Amino acid sequence: MSELIDLSAAEAAKLTRAGELDPAELFDAYRARAAADELNAFTWVADAVPDGDGVNGSPLGGVPLAVKDLFCTEGVPSQAGSRILEDYRPPYTATVVAQLAAAGAPLLGKTNQDEFAMGSSNENSAYGPVLNPWDRTRVPGGSSGGSAAAVAAGLAPWAIGTDTGGSIRQPAALCGIVGLKPTYGACSRFGMIAFASSLDQAGPLTRDVTDAALLLRHMIGHDARDSTSVPFPGEIAEPNAVDLRGIRLGVPEELAGDGIEPGVLESFRATLALAERLGATVEPCTLPHAPHALSAYYLIAPAEASANLARYDGVRYGLRVDAPDLISMYTRTRSAGFGPEVKRRIMLGTYALSSGYYDAYYGTAQKVRTMISEDFRAAFECFDFIVTPTSPWTAFELGAKTADPLAMYLNDFCTVPMPLAGIPAISIPSGLSDGLPVGFQLAGPAFSESRLLDAAFALEQAIGFDGSAARR
Amino acid sequence: MSPAYEPVIGLEIHVQLATRTKMFCGCELSFGDPPNTHTCPVCLGLPGTLPVLNARAVQFGLLIGLALGSQIAERSLFHRKNYFYPDLPKGYQISQYDVPLCSGGGLGDVRIHRVHLEEDAAKLVHVGESGRIHGSDRSVVDFNRGGTPLVEIVTEPDLTSPEQAREWLTLLRATLKRLGVSDVNMEEGSLRCDANVSVRPVGSDQLGTKTELKNMNSFRYLERGVRAEIERQIGLRQSGEPVVQETLHFDPASERLTPLRSKEEAHDYRYFPEPDLVPLVITSEMRGQAELPELPAARAERFQRELGLSTERARELAFRTELGDYYERALAGDGHDPITVANWIPLLVERIGSDADPAESEVTPEALATLAGMVAAKEVARDAAREVLTQLVADGGDPRVIIEQRGLESISAEDGGLAEIIERAIAADPDAAEQVRQGNMRAVGPLVGFVMKETKGRADGGEITRLIRERVSSGS
Amino acid sequence: MLDSAQVLHVARLARLEFTDAEIEKLAGELSKVLDHIEKISELDLAGVEPTSHVVDVVNALRADEPEPSLSRDVALASAPDPVDGGFGVPSPGAA
Repeated sequence: MSELIDLSAAEAAKLTRAGELDPAELFDAYRARAAADELNAFTWVADAVPDGDGVNGSPLGGVPLAVKDLFCTEGVPSQAGSRILEDYRPPYTATVVAQLAAAGAPLLGKTNQDEFAMGSSNENSAYGPVLNPWDRTRVPGGSSGGSAAAVAAGLAPWAIGTDTGGSIRQPAALCGIVGLKPTYGACSRFGMIAFASSLDQAGPLTRDVTDAALLLRHMIGHDARDSTSVPFPGEIAEPNAVDLRGIRLGVPEELAGDGIEPGVLESFRATLALAERLGATVEPCTLPHAPHALSAYYLIAPAEASANLARYDGVRYGLRVDAPDLISMYTRTRSAGFGPEVKRRIMLGTYALSSGYYDAYYGTAQKVRTMISEDFRAAFECFDFIVTPTSPWTAFELGAKTADPLAMYLNDFCTVPMPLAGIPAISIPSGLSDGLPVGFQLAGPAFSESRLLDAAFALEQAIGFDGSAARR
Repeated sequence: MSPAYEPVIGLEIHVQLATRTKMFCGCELSFGDPPNTHTCPVCLGLPGTLPVLNARAVQFGLLIGLALGSQIAERSLFHRKNYFYPDLPKGYQISQYDVPLCSGGGLGDVRIHRVHLEEDAAKLVHVGESGRIHGSDRSVVDFNRGGTPLVEIVTEPDLTSPEQAREWLTLLRATLKRLGVSDVNMEEGSLRCDANVSVRPVGSDQLGTKTELKNMNSFRYLERGVRAEIERQIGLRQSGEPVVQETLHFDPASERLTPLRSKEEAHDYRYFPEPDLVPLVITSEMRGQAELPELPAARAERFQRELGLSTERARELAFRTELGDYYERALAGDGHDPITVANWIPLLVERIGSDADPAESEVTPEALATLAGMVAAKEVARDAAREVLTQLVADGGDPRVIIEQRGLESISAEDGGLAEIIERAIAADPDAAEQVRQGNMRAVGPLVGFVMKETKGRADGGEITRLIRERVSSGS
Repeated sequence: MLDSAQVLHVARLARLEFTDAEIEKLAGELSKVLDHIEKISELDLAGVEPTSHVVDVVNALRADEPEPSLSRDVALASAPDPVDGGFGVPSPGAA
């Protein structure tokens, strides 16, 4: 059993395809572990091994997949971490999930998350917080905390999550695994319960870069049901770079100095030194508007969310609190069904869009967004990738930041600029600081995923991070 | 109406497009089907769903804009219009805001402000409409209609009377029907019209406070509602009271306007660009496919100019495409006079009903033209010809044959038999004859009627009247 | 800088209700966040176009061809108050 879960997903897939491993045995091993989950990483686990049809010979080899709860899965609870969707079972499945299942990655379970993807610690779930497998008194990060914890703890071979301001990369960093946010439009959003439409993207959370590339290869693709999806130019190649010769890395002074915990900064600099030894050039660069990215994000995302969450009104599905009149029904339902962080963001977003405030808030934020995109474009003329620490600190204690929303928002300042510009970024574990994982982030131009994964792979091999401690 | 104030009217029209499927999903459009049988995750607003724009709806919107002479935006955007109501599944309507598909343009005497695309709301049925009591106060939502493609047309406040509003809407309706973009049926809701009404002192160029009138779902109601509101506002202004900006609901049962209880403070729609849709660019290919047919206004103008029809007759025939088509086919044969033939179309319409298509009747265009020609040539009297038309409607056929078979050739003044019948008419009613002799022309009626009956309508009524007067005046 | 009255107004727009204590707390929290965010107003953004779409795509259109609708049973499957084949709601007029 322990050998089984020590296999990476790609290794397991190779064995099942070669007939040397029974995919049903693999599924059952993980199913048992997920069912025995003590981290509260799962909100639903499959109770049976799925039929083997189509698994044999499939690219993903029947290796089971943990799926963040906000992906609609037909007939299976899809609650987005919220009371307002408690036990909601959609009549259809998200495109990305269907694609992965068709490629041979069956549904293992649905993972816990911050409610409607709003949070950086998974403490905003209506179904309880998720615990970090490295230290159960600490948070796994969020909003894809369940997916990250599950992969890190060996409860799932791989998982998918969503990233809007860092919700894949930051929990990956805090849990010592790999997390990638693709180029906006690369993966279909159809069936992803929406938080912020112009920022949300699905992506892989995996043990290593090879697994991330394999999963991503089968997640991308134009979907006619998502108007914002685009065909991905070329394929996602299997990463195999042995060094970083010829690669120019840019370190933005705005995101790699002030506000970063010393332990994290130390790991970051050590990784940069390693990159140089691998042949990369490392130089400072500037993203002048990056210090304002958090502000732009916390106007745009809540604004879009305030509209995306208006459909939760008790009329057609989900929670309804009975009331004698319509407005009371709406108000009581939404107030009972949404948690405090969601309400806060709906309020913030509604205010930012309201009459008289649009120009100053939402309108200005969208201009800042344009400037951030410009900053990256300029930087990518001189550099192949921009590198930063993923999270300013390692996993913090449960409850440490819940009293102050602004303090919680600051978790995201290294990760929000990339979704604002729509560009891809990956987080890989770079080491430990006081026994807790540290993440290293690489960001590239739109559609540079293959090169990004390749560079990350070379670095990963050189770093040699061992995450097996979290799997015991 | 008081001469001191003049009305200022603008119209806001919603047109349901005659596409096969909804604006943002592939559910089929329907009318009258069982509730919630044409829905899907997208138009139900289920979590995780996304809209995809209907290409034909864009094409129809483009056609409308071109027909109205609007400026077509090279690049337009969709926006979210945010508010809560049970017939709005997403809690926002996808519409267009500050970058609409079309701006400006005009139709007839009225300038167009803008034309844009949006999706229709679902249908909310209130307790009582179905006659059922559901216990507590409750409404029921049917999402079949939700997501139907709409074009919204907003005019400038160029209309100056309720009659003009009605007439102009008729022209708009005919134009849209000719384009084939909508059923434009007010009773079924594929054409809906709200009015913005204000009044101001005659000669002023300032606009007064306007009210919005809703729920006038027929041309008659529109005219009545607008007229009632103009009167109400003038009454207020004349007593020195201000007009309050509000929305008024037209009740067809009482034909009165009542203020809509405001559900909340004035709406703050919090418009922002729809992130789930990408910008719409009108390509030269789209424009190329948007061929305009001859539109009613142009056709009416051509009928006047080339065929010499009066303005009224030209509009009558041009504003209903089927009539215009039938009329032109009737003229296709040799030697038919346009005005003569035009005068007989309304008589045909009387007999087949104003909703029927004459091309589907038993009366061929050639037959109608022939009959009209025969009347003009006095080969058959007007009244006899009407009977022939009635028979043509019932059984079809050739008017010449019918006239011969039934012996309906006209009797003229030269015909001796006519003089004899006139004598008998006078003899039968000497009092009437005396009245006529003394100059009371109204009294000629019964005498004419007698002769008509005797001749089975084969003599021309005008001729008969003339002969009776002559006979009576010449002494008995 | 956000007072309780403003919070109340926004809550109404968003169909959310709060206790008085919650309103006060929210006013404080939102004000703090907005204070931080307000700094973007100091930027010189003259002539900058707002981003409305980060993906460079236009005209994602769909042919006007029907696709299967849900059966009514499935459409109503999660309805809190299904009635007469429709979605029952408290009457808007009743207040």
